[in-house]
Amino acid sequence: MSAIDDVLGNAAPLVAQTPWRRVAADAAAWDRAGRALAAGEASLLGLWGERGVVHLALLAAESGEIAVLSLDASAGGFPSLGRVHPPAIRLERAIKDLFGLEPQGAPDARPWLDHGRWGIAAPLGAATQAGPLAAYPFLPVEGESLHQIPVGPIHAGIIEPGHFRFTANGEAVVRLEERLGYVHKGIEGLMQGEGLERGAKLAGRVSGDSAVAYAIAFARAAEDALGVAAPPRAQWLRALMAELERLANHLGDIGAICNDAAFPLMHAHCGALRERVLRAANAAFGHRLMRDCVVPGGVALDLAAKGRVAIHAMMDIVRREFPGLVRLYDETASLQDRTVGAGIVDPALAAQFGVGGYVGRASGRGFDARCRPGYPPYDRLTFAVPRRSEGDVNARVWIRIGEVEQSLGLIAQLIDGLPEGPHAIELPRAHAAEGLALVEGFRGDILVWLRLDAAGRIARCHLRDPSWFQWPLLEAAIEGNIVADFPLCNKSFNCSYSGHDL
Amino acid sequence: MRKLLFESLLRRPLTEAAPPAEDQALAELGDAFRRAARRRLGRSLAIRVVDAGSCNGCELEISALSNAFYDLERYGLHIVPSPRHADVLLVTGPVTKNMREALERAYNATPDPKWVVAVGDCAVDGGIFAGSYAIVGGVGAVVPVDLHLRGCPPPPAEILRGLLALMEAPRRA
Repeated sequence: MSAIDDVLGNAAPLVAQTPWRRVAADAAAWDRAGRALAAGEASLLGLWGERGVVHLALLAAESGEIAVLSLDASAGGFPSLGRVHPPAIRLERAIKDLFGLEPQGAPDARPWLDHGRWGIAAPLGAATQAGPLAAYPFLPVEGESLHQIPVGPIHAGIIEPGHFRFTANGEAVVRLEERLGYVHKGIEGLMQGEGLERGAKLAGRVSGDSAVAYAIAFARAAEDALGVAAPPRAQWLRALMAELERLANHLGDIGAICNDAAFPLMHAHCGALRERVLRAANAAFGHRLMRDCVVPGGVALDLAAKGRVAIHAMMDIVRREFPGLVRLYDETASLQDRTVGAGIVDPALAAQFGVGGYVGRASGRGFDARCRPGYPPYDRLTFAVPRRSEGDVNARVWIRIGEVEQSLGLIAQLIDGLPEGPHAIELPRAHAAEGLALVEGFRGDILVWLRLDAAGRIARCHLRDPSWFQWPLLEAAIEGNIVADFPLCNKSFNCSYSGHDL
Repeated sequence: MRKLLFESLLRRPLTEAAPPAEDQALAELGDAFRRAARRRLGRSLAIRVVDAGSCNGCELEISALSNAFYDLERYGLHIVPSPRHADVLLVTGPVTKNMREALERAYNATPDPKWVVAVGDCAVDGGIFAGSYAIVGGVGAVVPVDLHLRGCPPPPAEILRGLLALMEAPRRA
């Protein structure tokens, strides 16, 4: 019996697909799920609402099984999981804001995405007239010689908006409290009632730096629902795009982290390499960020002949120049002085939050959706998933360095082994169905759950960004660090605001 | 580090100047822009970027303007950290209702004369996000916009061209 079987008991599945099943949960099963999460037998993959229902996605720690529990909440509420498992707290606050479903006994009753400015309350639920605008109460802080520094929503650089409330004692940060939701666009609401084509476009605009990963996750969920698979050539081309996206973002991040440690030389060189990747992507697929290139059923366009040449030329340059930059990072004491030991994420916390991507892998959690549950074509490719345990800014840089090297290897394999055949299939006639996909973006695992109605329109789609479990850890990582190290720590996380706020 | 710096001295710069089509246009626009900006504002123009709900795609391309290929600063264009230092606000996103007040405040904090450039398809009228309960629907609905730069996102070269057009327009008027 796996942890998931223990949680589910005898309930018959509503949906049983590979590699997941969905089950109607009663209060007892919901309670068992909470205990399994608290005990670390399963990690939280997602928690989202629907009219009168809440859904919980679990990943079994040992077996890697995925199960979705659906609990009836038509009475207007559900037992809070945040009481026993803190990673659920913000997701529950979001459910309350969007659907009006009350997480009963929740430790934090404040709104999260709803800033009181939409004009309506519970926009995806009852959509009632909103009450008057109320001030947002930040957590109280008591103590001698403390001062507060409010930052944002508009920040000093070219970055997304969000509010950070620092409480500091001198230079040391005593507490950071984040307030997000500023870029909430209502994407899940926009998707409802739309066809797959528009759904894919919206999914590709959840987080601009992960346009490919989101489009793949949405397409895979749609294909899972319709019981089809994209043809092999499409799967390889998708992976090629995904690895180009990972490469570009990691190169950008490595440079930007060093820039925030007052070392712009790395930033300049990494920025030039990143530009070369984007130009190769543009030559290969007609768009620098490869937006709208992945569609349900395959890919929108085949690899251009000049794209193959451009990618090879780019790879030659990156392979020639990147090792020198790694040496520069490794041998510059003033840079190491800033990154080593800064912003430590305790491995226990990383495990508790089920955090993915470089944040997880720098703190001992090696989860990578490309390996488990895994999806094609990665089962046919050779690559390693770097892992470290120090959990500091330096470790997050080295994870990225390792992943740059791995992505270069993957791109070479993908181009060399690209199978012949069609790059898309005609989708079958739509019917009422559900699909789920877990896809590894550069930042971590993206979960998409999709339900289609009888006409093949989107009845409900939930997209969970990896940042949901990374943002809370940033609050923990900065504690005890100096205020001036915040940009450095923040950049080493590079969480998405748009992906989180949705 | 010495080796890397030394190599940089010997190698040709990545910064693109002359030849074919797009690159040439980029360099030409740079020259023309510098002349126009100098007349109005001396040798430099300060730009403050405000993300009013974008997906972050436009921010990526605006950031790319600072890399060695485009080298924004050679035109006297500077990205500045405060609207109080800015001549131009580059605004991205469909303007979410949660960002509306912040955008208004940034605009009011920017000293005159000032220009607003709305970057990206969704900054024009909400684009793909139009109709959502959570957005205002375009930068122009909140602050007066002098120029719209379409694209999802517009590539860096297009953004640079747009800044030039903005500077040329009042001169011709």
